[in-house]
Amino acid sequence: MASESSHSVYYVPEQTKYPFFASIGLFFMVFGLGSLLNDMSAGDSLAVSTWIALAGFLLLSFIIFQWFATVIRENHAGLNNDQLKRSYVWGMAWFIFSEVMFFAAFFGALFYIRTLAVPWLGGEGEKGLAGEVLWPEFQAAWPLIVNPDPTLFTNPHEGLNVKEWSLSFFAGYLPFWNTVILITSSVTLHYAHVALKAENRKRLIQWMFVTVALGIIFLGLQALEYVEAYGHYGITLDSGIYGSTFFLLTGFHGFHVTLGTFILIVMLLRCMKGHFKPNDHFGFEAAAWYWHFVDVVWVGLFIFVYLL
Amino acid sequence: MSSAAIDHAHDHDHHHGPAKGITRWLFTTNHKDIGTLYLWFSFAMFLLGGTFALVIRAELFQPGLQFVDPNFFNQMTTMHGLVMVFGAVMPAFVGLANWMIPLMIGAPDMALPRMNNWSFWILPFAFLLMVSTLFMEGGGPNFGWTFYAPLSTTYAPDSVTYFIFAVHIMGASSIMGAINVIATILNMRAPGMTLMKMPLFVWTWLITAYLLIAVMPVLAGVVTMMLFDIHFGTSFFNAAGGGDPVLFQHLFWFFGHPEVYIMILPAFGIVSAIIPTFARKRLFGYDSMVYATASIAFLSFIVWAHHMFTVGMPLAGQLFFMYATMLIAVPTGVKVFNWVATMFRGAMTFETPMLFAIAFVVLFTIGGFTGVMLAITPADFQYHDTYFVVAHFHYVLVPGAVFSLMAAAYYWLPKWTGYMYDETLGKLHFWMSFVGVNLLFFPQHFLGLAGMPRRIPDYALQFANFNWISSVGAFLFGFSQLILLLVVIKCIRGGKKATAQVWEGAQGLEWTVPSPAPYHTFETPPDPSLIKAQ
Repeated sequence: MASESSHSVYYVPEQTKYPFFASIGLFFMVFGLGSLLNDMSAGDSLAVSTWIALAGFLLLSFIIFQWFATVIRENHAGLNNDQLKRSYVWGMAWFIFSEVMFFAAFFGALFYIRTLAVPWLGGEGEKGLAGEVLWPEFQAAWPLIVNPDPTLFTNPHEGLNVKEWSLSFFAGYLPFWNTVILITSSVTLHYAHVALKAENRKRLIQWMFVTVALGIIFLGLQALEYVEAYGHYGITLDSGIYGSTFFLLTGFHGFHVTLGTFILIVMLLRCMKGHFKPNDHFGFEAAAWYWHFVDVVWVGLFIFVYLL
Repeated sequence: MSSAAIDHAHDHDHHHGPAKGITRWLFTTNHKDIGTLYLWFSFAMFLLGGTFALVIRAELFQPGLQFVDPNFFNQMTTMHGLVMVFGAVMPAFVGLANWMIPLMIGAPDMALPRMNNWSFWILPFAFLLMVSTLFMEGGGPNFGWTFYAPLSTTYAPDSVTYFIFAVHIMGASSIMGAINVIATILNMRAPGMTLMKMPLFVWTWLITAYLLIAVMPVLAGVVTMMLFDIHFGTSFFNAAGGGDPVLFQHLFWFFGHPEVYIMILPAFGIVSAIIPTFARKRLFGYDSMVYATASIAFLSFIVWAHHMFTVGMPLAGQLFFMYATMLIAVPTGVKVFNWVATMFRGAMTFETPMLFAIAFVVLFTIGGFTGVMLAITPADFQYHDTYFVVAHFHYVLVPGAVFSLMAAAYYWLPKWTGYMYDETLGKLHFWMSFVGVNLLFFPQHFLGLAGMPRRIPDYALQFANFNWISSVGAFLFGFSQLILLLVVIKCIRGGKKATAQVWEGAQGLEWTVPSPAPYHTFETPPDPSLIKAQ
């Protein structure tokens, strides 16, 4: 990182209006969302709660935009010394770790369900007794196609898992191609970074463009898969634990890809404006870290949700 | 860490004093202001959570239903736990971290000052959302602070949705706060402040921050599953769809057990600062304190199912979680030994902070021992969900965590305000709290062993005597806390001028700056010769 700014004091901003108003935005957003969900479940009108949530979201987004703009301006003005930049590096690294732990909760739930809860419900092992008493007919299986109580949770028709380990199968298997696309996007993003460090802005923008395009294609294919899952396979959020784990894991991943794509679009625009220098571009690096993280999560998903 | 970056070539920094009026507090980026905000917020929540506790103890003063109906009683137990854990104890430690860590490591401020403000200001809104559920149709959360499914999903009041979102945003606040602490400690230490020279309060907070970042997202994950079970028909915690309510407990306690160490490790740091000061000796076994803290943090991740022995799990699981839990007694024992060894042959005086610190060592150890009792799986089958458990965790949290916070407040008040607090009132506060807390919680051990279940508004007649003693203790303890409020207000308004050193035996960088600490400190790093090994 920049060495020219290493001989300055640590910049501590005097006052800031952003966090307080961001908190207000956040409050109205979650209050509105909570009301929206309650109104939905109660079958009430959604108008008021939707507007509250939207207003909160817009206020929060506006503030965050301004906040980032200020930080970028300060960096360009040379206020940020090396030490301050290291604070951002630590901050981003540990933020990503917190995201890892968020996904760990859902992966942990999946492992527990597959290796313990469902077999126990099927009557297996030391804790199988309850399952045998409650639903003696129930057969443990994964993907779980027949739920313990199909009157409460409608059964899906079939699972999305790999049927056979053959080339011809994978060639027509959507999640496999999504894996290829996302891994490729990590590689193209790396080339963009290389181009940035080589001060080749044209190449940088080209590679960024390819990366963003791959991200959007991935999301499109995911949407297609969701349509398939709901329509053809009958896998829905309320079709039992297979659908629950499938949609929450892939859904939160998809949400993170959406956010990552948005961040990369912002980075693409910033690349076009020439914001980044070969020795000073942590905003870009942080976005790249985030994208690689999202990629790694997908590899975990592909192995544990689709392959196995 | 390199010291190259902290070069004080530019001494022309244009920092002013605090801004005037309310905007000082709304928009501040100053670690001392934000620390003060956290401390006042947590004290307000302490009084609110304490009020809920007094409702509980008033109802339990006699057998029978006197004041509140059982559903409201359940809301009180739930809100008391949530407010005390997330609103009082955790923010109080974050407030101390804000105030003291930059002063202790010679940093100009926290690493990310704007985010620091955001971490704080989310909290009042989060608690506004959470406490407002009490006034909603159907009432507030009534499923206990552990919010076990399906009580918190299938059978929950509608307000649970707001509770979930409140947990989400306070979790975001905690994660941001923890990231800030880590970045500050790893990146902002003055030249010469090596890791093994850091005061133990800084060490314990570094490790606590790691725990926070590791487990708060898991809490966010588990409440999200609840949200989807409630509103979108998923079956994570419903066996009819192939899920398992026990899964909730595993996920919750994977968060919940490290969470209890989040509330006690900084307390260890505080006590490790106060005891050497008033024993006028160096802390015994500094290195072993650091390693013990790290061991406790590591073990906290592999003991969670000891909260669930009676729920049912394979024998191998019960044995593993029993032994792993007992192992925690080893590093904890190292700490207690070190504190006692520090006092051994010390030139001790007993000012209020020291009184609270010694009470901490004794009473926390009682809570630790009952913890070992509860770790014994077959014995836990007897103790589980009785008042014995209530007594256990209140002994580690009230005369444990809360006493350490009182000790910290008295210890650093002169540094914060520039005046000495009223020692007579401080001692009165200590003795009333000490007597109150033991009257309150000690009889609950006997109640639990005799079989009184927790979280009930009414009980069998044989429990009446110990319950009224406990309730008397509760009101004594509760109202004694107003003395602390009085002491703090008096101390802010004036009194005997405090010197920079304040306490004769105190060590560390925070005692090298004037009292009250100037608005900005260590804008240029302190002289490395001031930094001594602990």
